[in-house]
Amino acid sequence: MENIKATRRDFLKTTGLTSFGLALGISSFAKDAVVKKITPAIIKLEINPFIIIDTAGNITIVNPRPDMGQGSTQAVPSLLAEELEVSLEQVKIAQSDGKDKYGNQTSGGSSSVRSLWEPIRKAGAAAREMLTESAAKRWNVPVIECYAKEGTIVHKPTGRSLSYGELADDASKLEIPKNPKLKDPKDFKIIGKYNKRLDVPERVTGKAVYGIDVDVPGMVYASILHSPSLHGKVVSIDDADAKKIKGVLKVVKTERTMPHRTSEAVAVIGTNWWAALKGKKALKVNWDNGDYEKTLSTEKYFAEAHVAAKKEGVNFEEKGDFTAKYNSAEKKIEANYETPFLAHAPIEPENAVVHVKDDGTVEIWAPVQGPDWALRDVCAYLKIAPEKVKINVTLLGGAFGRKAYHDFLLEACHLSKELKKPVKVIWTREDDITQGPYRPGMVSHMQGFVENGAIAGYHHHAIGESILGQVFKGLKSDEADPWLSEEISTNNNKYNFATASKVSWTNVKTDIPIVWWRSVYASNFGWGQECFIDELAHLAGKDPMKARIELVKDERFKKVLETLGEKSAWGEKLAEGQGKGIAVFKSFDSISATCITVTKKDQGVTIDKVISVIDCGYYVNPDNVKAQTEGNIVMGLTAAIKDGITFTNGVCDQSNYHQYNVMRLNETPKMEIYIVDSGANPGGVGEPGLPPIAPALGNAIFAATGKRMRKLPFDINNLG
Amino acid sequence: MAIFNLTVNNKKVKVDVEPDMPLLWVVRDFADLKGTKFGCGMALCGACTIHLDGQPTRSCQTPVSSVGKNTKITTIEGIGDGKLHAIQQAWIEEQVPQCGYCQSGQIMSAVALLKSNPSPSDQDIDSAMSGNLCRCGTYDRIRKAIHRAADTIKVSEKGIGKN
Repeated sequence: MENIKATRRDFLKTTGLTSFGLALGISSFAKDAVVKKITPAIIKLEINPFIIIDTAGNITIVNPRPDMGQGSTQAVPSLLAEELEVSLEQVKIAQSDGKDKYGNQTSGGSSSVRSLWEPIRKAGAAAREMLTESAAKRWNVPVIECYAKEGTIVHKPTGRSLSYGELADDASKLEIPKNPKLKDPKDFKIIGKYNKRLDVPERVTGKAVYGIDVDVPGMVYASILHSPSLHGKVVSIDDADAKKIKGVLKVVKTERTMPHRTSEAVAVIGTNWWAALKGKKALKVNWDNGDYEKTLSTEKYFAEAHVAAKKEGVNFEEKGDFTAKYNSAEKKIEANYETPFLAHAPIEPENAVVHVKDDGTVEIWAPVQGPDWALRDVCAYLKIAPEKVKINVTLLGGAFGRKAYHDFLLEACHLSKELKKPVKVIWTREDDITQGPYRPGMVSHMQGFVENGAIAGYHHHAIGESILGQVFKGLKSDEADPWLSEEISTNNNKYNFATASKVSWTNVKTDIPIVWWRSVYASNFGWGQECFIDELAHLAGKDPMKARIELVKDERFKKVLETLGEKSAWGEKLAEGQGKGIAVFKSFDSISATCITVTKKDQGVTIDKVISVIDCGYYVNPDNVKAQTEGNIVMGLTAAIKDGITFTNGVCDQSNYHQYNVMRLNETPKMEIYIVDSGANPGGVGEPGLPPIAPALGNAIFAATGKRMRKLPFDINNLG
Repeated sequence: MAIFNLTVNNKKVKVDVEPDMPLLWVVRDFADLKGTKFGCGMALCGACTIHLDGQPTRSCQTPVSSVGKNTKITTIEGIGDGKLHAIQQAWIEEQVPQCGYCQSGQIMSAVALLKSNPSPSDQDIDSAMSGNLCRCGTYDRIRKAIHRAADTIKVSEKGIGKN
């Protein structure tokens, strides 16, 4: 099909060139003249915002979710293509630019498929109906006799067909049907089937274009010296040595704008980035760090959190009088679980190219998770209207939440406005790791009790800084953060505690910038919840799998746990020194459970195997569900046994991958992934596999060694 | 600035840059080969891996002045010699990449591994590939893809032997 289209387009161009060229008889003119003549002949028609069909037959479908590796370049277009009756090989995929007509365009919250499942399929189905109606009118036959097939409308009784390109003009004049008929899932040709991602070849040949690969004519490069204490003020700048470096053009005071505050910074501008970086290293800047050297401390933060753990929090939910029941319970335990601050550390560091032009318009090329959100931030920052801004979203070399935070983009805006040139800002790895924003560190204060041999009471007190509070300034002081409370509520985990249960919250504030990180709070609180359920199971003298299946009041949870039990041969005899642990967590509408097997070795354990089961409802590509779950296993284990982020005396203690280690290939255990086909509405895929990883490991370590791990990260080779 | 004559992907390239500029930035910004990636600047992540005379090398720690004019520099763009290398093909078959950003470096390390060791064990793969970070976590597929590529190369060599 691709070939046929190319030929057709070439044919148009060739014939146009020849006839027009001959007519004019001036070959040097011909090229321009023909372009003018041909251009109006190929009209791009927007059937709806997501489908553009030109009269030459090219079909473009717009993907409203940037791709950071989660597979949205396949998943979202598949929803459209399925209903439009085209194959992905037949269409060109374009990235949306942040404009309102595309609606929400942020890749985050594992939302691409689950939020677009219906609207995007409807957009595809509406276009199909409009094209079908156009064909029926053209042939003067009943619509019911016509159907869509591989980019054409076919008239069933006669076998005649018209391509979408031939029908696009007519179709674009029709009204968009409000309730187009969606296909029956049993007729799906793309959704739910294994399909190779068509953008893999460009990712193995070096051809894929990420933000950092964008070059614009006339562009200069910037490397930015940020405040070591994140929010310090510039007292003095000695740039004499920096300016001596060949290729350094200028040193300018600039700013880093975060949602909760704007910090001062110094940028070195160069003809190339290496020169700018050398210039940055040669800068001597005096900073006034105010009292950040005292206040910016993770030790202090966690000390406050542990004090809060001894007090009552703000209740989110309570069933029964938990405190009274707990106080009078005979068999009870309590424990604090802790998770550290973490950097996202995508291998592609933060970067952006911005051109604030003389005519008042702005063009941007950047790896951002949400062009819509980036557009809003840029417009607010530069005080200009959205029509003046063009955002070209590139591929993202990893993001995990980091590239939905636009400090680096606004830095490039500031510099381009100042320098009146296109500017490419590239952060160093050190900028990325020392500056944040980070996943917030959290403490879970857990309490529970057992009655008549069953887990009957449970309290999860979540403690820490709030993204809603710090980033969005939207948290009231007397309110339990609804985002994270919902995540750890009994409505979400489906555990039914017969006597009493409670979910509460205490906000501990910090100036360390925070933002969502893969699976957000589920990555923090899965640890406390699922390790503590294990503790309670042991207190009740129950097998941890059985205890969960008994406690959980939800068929999908049960099915996931039973599948995990079967795939992991749960209950079968283990070798000497071996232990198995499980955990289950629901996040982003998907239920994921993991079983990890470990073996005692010296002072630590080795991980023998990880088995994950996920029920994400309907999904687009089973292989991508597996790929994302594999990625979650690696990132979840990294979060458990590699480095956390700490701040001492106002400065981040880690700076690059030698101090902020992430898991490497030689440390990666064997893994198996299984999908439960529940046929439920789609849940997320990019994140839900992560939350059960750390607790499954902690529970396995307890099973193998009797040691209960409660603080992340820990050294797997030396459990202490 | 100084003039350096380099051989990149079998082509002569002349650049006028500072002698201490790492080869990473030379190939990216002066030879316009963007497939080689910046990740850490300290040879910790392997995203910048290229070959110097077939040896996998971290280009972020290799000053351009240390590279002789006859040294053969190979980047991801030159590995397939006009077609896909067996490693790249295996990467597609196993659907290895997620974001793909680190994969140029992964592939360069894997190609060098298979050249020196056509039948690597899991342990051989561990030691050859542990210098390349992947934050998306594609390691399990990388392992599978290297085994697959090794098998493909063996089969095709057998084929040639028979003829």
